[in-house]
Amino acid sequence: MEANISAKKKTPTKMSFDLFQFLYKYGTIITIIALIILFSLANPSFIQGNNIVNILRSISIVTIIAIGITISLTVNGFDLSVGSVASLSNAVVISMFVWFSQNTFVAIISAMAAALIVGILNSIMIVKMRIPDMLLTLATMFIIQGTALTYTKGATVSQNMVMPDGKMAEGLISPFFSKIGQVPWIILIMVVVVVVVHIFLTYTKHGRYMYVIGGNTEAARLSGIPVNKYKVAAYLLSALFAAIGGIVLASRVMTSEINSGAPYLMDSVAAAFIGFSVLGAGKPNAFGTFVGAVLIGILANGLVMMSVPYFAMDIVKGTVLAFALAITYYKQK
Amino acid sequence: MTTLEMKNVSIEFPGVKALNGVDFSVESGKTHALIGANGAGKSTLMKVLSGAYDHYTGEILMDGQALSIRSPKSAMDSGIQIVYQEVDTALIPYLTVAENIMLMDTVHNMGKKQWVNWKQMHSKAATILSEINLTLNTKKLVSELTLAEKQMVLIARAVSKECKFLILDEPTAPLSHTETNELFRIVLELKRRNVGIIFISHRLPEIFKICDEITIMRNGEVVERQRVSDTTQNKVVEHMLGQELGEQFPERSITFGNTVLEVKGLTDREKIKGFSMQVRAGEIVGIAGLVGAGKTEFCKALFGAEGKLVAGEIKVNGKRVSVKNPYEAVKNGLALVPEERRKEGILVNESVESNLSVVNLGRFSKELSFLDRKKEKLVAKALINRLGIKTPSEETKVQNLSGGNQQKVAIGKWLVAEADVYIFDEPTKGVDVGAKKDIFNLIVELASRGKAIIYASSEASEIMGITNRVYILYDGKSVKELETNSTNEEELLFYSTGGR
Repeated sequence: MEANISAKKKTPTKMSFDLFQFLYKYGTIITIIALIILFSLANPSFIQGNNIVNILRSISIVTIIAIGITISLTVNGFDLSVGSVASLSNAVVISMFVWFSQNTFVAIISAMAAALIVGILNSIMIVKMRIPDMLLTLATMFIIQGTALTYTKGATVSQNMVMPDGKMAEGLISPFFSKIGQVPWIILIMVVVVVVVHIFLTYTKHGRYMYVIGGNTEAARLSGIPVNKYKVAAYLLSALFAAIGGIVLASRVMTSEINSGAPYLMDSVAAAFIGFSVLGAGKPNAFGTFVGAVLIGILANGLVMMSVPYFAMDIVKGTVLAFALAITYYKQK
Repeated sequence: MTTLEMKNVSIEFPGVKALNGVDFSVESGKTHALIGANGAGKSTLMKVLSGAYDHYTGEILMDGQALSIRSPKSAMDSGIQIVYQEVDTALIPYLTVAENIMLMDTVHNMGKKQWVNWKQMHSKAATILSEINLTLNTKKLVSELTLAEKQMVLIARAVSKECKFLILDEPTAPLSHTETNELFRIVLELKRRNVGIIFISHRLPEIFKICDEITIMRNGEVVERQRVSDTTQNKVVEHMLGQELGEQFPERSITFGNTVLEVKGLTDREKIKGFSMQVRAGEIVGIAGLVGAGKTEFCKALFGAEGKLVAGEIKVNGKRVSVKNPYEAVKNGLALVPEERRKEGILVNESVESNLSVVNLGRFSKELSFLDRKKEKLVAKALINRLGIKTPSEETKVQNLSGGNQQKVAIGKWLVAEADVYIFDEPTKGVDVGAKKDIFNLIVELASRGKAIIYASSEASEIMGITNRVYILYDGKSVKELETNSTNEEELLFYSTGGR
């Protein structure tokens, strides 16, 4: 009883601090729940199973790409080129089917290989030339965007497209490949990616090293950690997940649109940064990134249902990102 | 002639009385040396004089008139200028020499003017430079200058305004021999123009070369003020020394095993020139020398942290090893406890346990590199007990520990790695007395287990207290090797300050 009273007495002085801590830890999840309640009240069909699957499907590509960004963030890097890499791998995988009539295996491997080349390029320039991560990947973002456009000659690649020589393209996208972008596979792929990367970052030696490097590169180096190797690995993984995102996207739309991956960059960055604070992690983490993507997905879906025009959506997403950044950096102070 | 006086100046920082009733005075047209061991209060005193602190007590007088110096601007307005040792903190690297020299003018004297007059700025800067006999292109970017030239720019900036007294805080520490002579030429030129120079330095020969008077500080108090011509280097050293710390140090072993580490002609790109040494198993070998002598550079070069060596070979247990980076150093049995603890030694945002396991995570990994968290926790708990790390739990973030306990973590992590050679670079820096003793015990215990220890420190008393043998560094070169038992602090300081 006495302990109870003294505990109560202490609370007022610590109240404001604890409130911020609480909001920092659970704010994102509370927001998600609040949004779900709000949107369900506004339109009961929001909470129906159908729509939930719809939301999960819509966030899976964002989540996969955002996981790549998350890995680059763990080593205190920042990969802005993921959107372009997704465009590139989308173009490569579709063209392999349509232009070159290759099988699924070859198509997917080629797309991943193309992305890994970008990853190697990024990491060499960052590690050896010591260009700041964000600036370099901003440059490669444009280079790869241009490369993808040049590769597709600025056109949309799709089945039965008209080739420059006037004939129709003969290659077909394999039925197996078209499954990847459909429910339930697309959602399963996302879940597997999140779980595997979460385990990798949290429970393995390599994940720990990456966080250590991100926390204090110099101390990590002087502790004998091969810092450069891990940075290279982080950018390769980041490119790889961007490629997986692009491949899933390709399967979902069955074409390669111009700059198809670009819109995913902004959402992915937002998801990764919102993820910083989830459950008080205070650092980039796979589960948090997933929660961030869920938040953005719910917002987008719910606002569309409430007839907010699609062209106003970027305002909302940008605001959410700014808010997430505010929380992360305010905490750091 | 103008006299600048500080009377009964005291200042306190949380837990420390940094200055205790200090009286200090200088005259214009003279060079006045301010000297003392690390932590004696020289820099603090000069910061008070240049307006960096506003919570001191006591008086500052110029020609008997009280000055109110509570901000850098009020000090400058009174004609007191300072050039700090870290020149880069005071310069804007992507602006030109002229803009940097005229910075104070641009900031304070522009008034209602909105436009920059480039021609005037360059000509003014050039005039100032020529007045002190300096040739520097005013259109050059400061980022392209050498360290010595940057210092010149700062001196030029100081004299660009009215300058009666100029404080030079260890200006020669990072300079080469020729650069030092160039600096002295400017100092004498300023002296001729009736500027009073306060010269902080650890290097006694320099002080005896260019200074007229000397004030010696110890533990926040002035212990002696003399004309330089009335004293000798040995007397100055005697005044600088504090009380004996001997009883702090544990008993050292005197029997050693085989040679564990052998270094021959180690030369790095910047500082270290042809350093050779051996360390036997169980032996604690000191690297003595003043701040800036190259101790840290040597430790880092040995550990592969300075990139590729220009020359030299390193043998561990008789086998020649390549140490191109710290990763290889650790693999070859070397361990480094670096000087800059928060920046280089510990991960402030990680828990004590992950700090302790970081250098040898392999030991805590199962198949497929999965971490064995239980084992990690167990070892962390054992280490916390063994080292007496005061922490609420092994999950506490290291940033919440005190300096001494952080240092124990920085050392503790290498105990997990079981290295053969332990390199300590100023391990007691910013550590309280109790933790110091624990750290000394730990180092001696490592030696008694047959490890080879390198102990770099600018504290002569620590070198005397803990090492078996000592190499003295001066300006990147090993100038003397001494058996600790047959030497004393005077001799150490004598060689450290460039005596021969």
